Amino acid sequence: MVVIEKIPGAELIRKVPGGGFFLTTSESFLKWGKASSLWPMTFGLACCAIEMIATGAPRFDIDRFGAGVFRASPRQCDVMVVAGTICVKMNDCIRRLYAQMPEPKYVIALGNCAISGGIFYYDTYSVTKGTESLGIKVDVFIPGCPPRPENLLFGLMKLQEKIRREKDAAR
Amino acid sequence: MRPDEISAAIRAKFPQVKEEAGTNYIIVPKESILEVSEYIKNPPLSFDNLHCITGIDRKEKIEVIYTLYSIGEHYGVTIKINLTSEDLNIASVSAIWKSANWLEREVYDLFGVIFSGHPDLRRILNPYDWQGYPLRKDYSNPQLIAKPRL
Repeated sequence: MVVIEKIPGAELIRKVPGGGFFLTTSESFLKWGKASSLWPMTFGLACCAIEMIATGAPRFDIDRFGAGVFRASPRQCDVMVVAGTICVKMNDCIRRLYAQMPEPKYVIALGNCAISGGIFYYDTYSVTKGTESLGIKVDVFIPGCPPRPENLLFGLMKLQEKIRREKDAAR
Repeated sequence: MRPDEISAAIRAKFPQVKEEAGTNYIIVPKESILEVSEYIKNPPLSFDNLHCITGIDRKEKIEVIYTLYSIGEHYGVTIKINLTSEDLNIASVSAIWKSANWLEREVYDLFGVIFSGHPDLRRILNPYDWQGYPLRKDYSNPQLIAKPRL
């Protein structure tokens, strides 16, 4: 048990009658908060974006994982879901959107095209071969063409797991 | 009107126009594209809708293909123009059909056909600083990864 008088500023704290204390490190508390309120960006490139929209809709309900607030501005986002084929003409646009996101920021590559170019890998002049070839570090890769909404939810849970295991929470 | 009747009507008006063997496509010499377009846009044929302009690279020549439709009369026609690789200039029909503006930009972007008289001839699908014309058979670029033969 913690003796309440030893906490600095203890006179400001009032114990709820019958209540208890919950002890944690500020580090893991911060990580829990980060993982539980990921705000994705409203940003889709091709057919995988339709799956992302379906994941946001009530049937699959990405809101259950605290990631349902799709923001229309990159400056309010934590996660960029690269959903679809990256055309050469979109390269600068994606780099700029990623640069505009505040830290901490995470990237999910949704679908084969965002991973490696997918079916457009060979003999295609207009498609960039994956998100990492743009110099953007990807946290979670979700394969599929397109992946099912469950796959995106699984990838999101993997990202939350990754955030909770981070060494430096104040990244 | 049936496709052969349309073809016959245009060939009766312009003797330099030919019909492709086995089809009802109309082959127009590139010098007469403007007068043929002007004629078929207006009644009696009234092809008021230009669906599509596309190209085919046949190595020794580039074919430019115009697909037209008449919304009022419910019939269509396809016009082909053969361009030699040395001279890829052709008159623009964007003054006759407004939709030709972007369609011609697309053919310019992908095949390098120069439409003279076009109001704004620049690339439309590829970035403005793109080098080369991607749908030509001899196109290649260092980023292309050739598909392995199985």
